[in-house]
Amino acid sequence: MVPPARPRKLAKVPFVELADGRLQGVVSSGSDIGRVYVSSVATGTFAFACSTNNNRPCGGAHGSFCNHIGALINEAVLQYGAPRVVRYLKADAPEGDTDGAGLASAMRSTRPQADTTKAAASVFSRFLRHLAYLEHAPVTAPLPEMQFFPPTRAVA
Amino acid sequence: MRADLLAGPVEGLDEALEAVDAFDQALVAGLLRPQPAGTAGPTRLADAVLGTPLAAGVAEAAAKAAAGAAGEDHFVALAAARTALHGSVHDALLTRVDEAAGRQRGADVVPVAAGQPTANLLTAARAWLSDLARCGWQGLDHEVVSGAAEVVSAMLPDPSLRRLATLLDGFAAELAASCPGASLERFPLRRWGDLWSRGMLLTVPGAAVAPVTGTADGRLLPLGIDVTEHATAAQAQVHAVFEPADGSAPRLVRASVSVPKPDTVVGAGIWQLMRPHMSLLAAAGEGCSMDLTGMPVTAEGDLVWSDEHARPGEPAEAFATARVALPTATAPVTAPLDRHPARIAVPVFLEGYTTRTDDEGRLTFTVAGLDLVVDTDRIPAAGPLTPEAVAKSGACIGLIRWDAGSFGVQPLAVETTVRKKVTAVHAGAWAGGTTDKAGARAEKAATDAAKVLSERAGRLLRK
Ligand SMILES: [Zn+2]
Repeated sequence: MVPPARPRKLAKVPFVELADGRLQGVVSSGSDIGRVYVSSVATGTFAFACSTNNNRPCGGAHGSFCNHIGALINEAVLQYGAPRVVRYLKADAPEGDTDGAGLASAMRSTRPQADTTKAAASVFSRFLRHLAYLEHAPVTAPLPEMQFFPPTRAVA
Repeated sequence: MRADLLAGPVEGLDEALEAVDAFDQALVAGLLRPQPAGTAGPTRLADAVLGTPLAAGVAEAAAKAAAGAAGEDHFVALAAARTALHGSVHDALLTRVDEAAGRQRGADVVPVAAGQPTANLLTAARAWLSDLARCGWQGLDHEVVSGAAEVVSAMLPDPSLRRLATLLDGFAAELAASCPGASLERFPLRRWGDLWSRGMLLTVPGAAVAPVTGTADGRLLPLGIDVTEHATAAQAQVHAVFEPADGSAPRLVRASVSVPKPDTVVGAGIWQLMRPHMSLLAAAGEGCSMDLTGMPVTAEGDLVWSDEHARPGEPAEAFATARVALPTATAPVTAPLDRHPARIAVPVFLEGYTTRTDDEGRLTFTVAGLDLVVDTDRIPAAGPLTPEAVAKSGACIGLIRWDAGSFGVQPLAVETTVRKKVTAVHAGAWAGGTTDKAGARAEKAATDAAKVLSERAGRLLRK
């Protein structure tokens, strides 16, 4: 079973996940409430990408991680705990007491390249899918399958 | 409770689970290629159901699987055999618990919803599960796992597909967190085998339908709330004693509410998603009964809750219910497909036990000479009940469960004595809302999270 996510404030980074071989997510623009940045860092290579939801490249992500990617890494560590993020990214950082900044600088020091796989559209659609979870109505018919998913007091 | 009756081996149990394990082992390398010589895998399942109505179909499926030529229908047959074996284990274990708890169990027949049309989404779900079976846990990668996302997204809006959607969603998240399979040293074989075969069977049209067989009129006395959750779903299930207005025997019932959720809504935040849909949560949280009129109920004793059929009743303290009403209540049958050890959750009242915490923090109740492991990890974080409170308790309302080869108890509520005063602490006490500081803070955090996401959804979702 997967330990539940830890609570965190979502205003700045409404969505973060470890999926598709990337740490990826969506970062709110500081200046335009209608705009978000889609940011990602690939497992192993730390190849990075950042662009707006309208596919404009982020001005800050030239040559290295921009602030959006920094925020994404911070929030991932908050939500999943450093050990899981470090392990997933295969980063050369101590699993124990690493914070987001430490993890980011460990990855930055390997001089990662920009990611050319253009994953932004798929990350954004995963974010929209995530948002849709708020829209599904509760049901009062029993879900016996949930007996396979006990709660746990362990945290990520 | 005659806890001693829970001890001792259950005849045939090891044999049944060995056959299950043999099949689960085969899912590690997958069923795409012929099974290596000397491995039993699917054949063991076929042998185990010899002489049952499943025998012919499973024998054929096992032969095809052994040759690396199994199709989707064969996978369903194998899943059915595995499920049937767990069904027999469930029945044997439940008989034990009923004897120990002195519980009478009904003998109703759970009707089957026949003749349901095949839905495209069920076919798509079956195709994904078949892909998993072929590639095996070792062959898991993000591409295979992500195949579930589209199916789940399409199923979630339809409440009639919620059972399968919720199962696949939780299963896929777990598999994704374990990718790539080649890098894993050990696999949760039994668990993934359970989730896989359960999903497979739910792709059979009509399998997930639990028909309403009657209505309930009378008084509902809550015992406690069982919370289950994975990253993107939560369910609260109220266990209660129902006293029919016609004076017939009281019976055990459940009332459930479940909801898909973003993985960032956690802890006490789940209550606010469910609370508006079931007034019983507040009643149970506050220790009140409810009066039911014409509430739909299934043969399994599940109330299909709708607030219009319920109104608030008198205060009804759960421990009074557990002491007085619970011993006389009969229990409902389990639907054929739901017969699985994980489904065993029998409400009991325990007192006069001693508690012991070992070096690893594992808590044990010694009840009438028998050690019952207390599953403290199952106490939801979203409530005031803590393992420490359970360790100091003198009486407990709990669910008898069976896990990893032995019976244990999941506490729903305990009585502890503080300064000579007996106080009850309920796991589900925050279901209706709370003034507790930590609880209120967690609720506020969840409200904020939902607000941010709703705002983002409003701006981005319908563009
Ligand atoms: Zn950026």
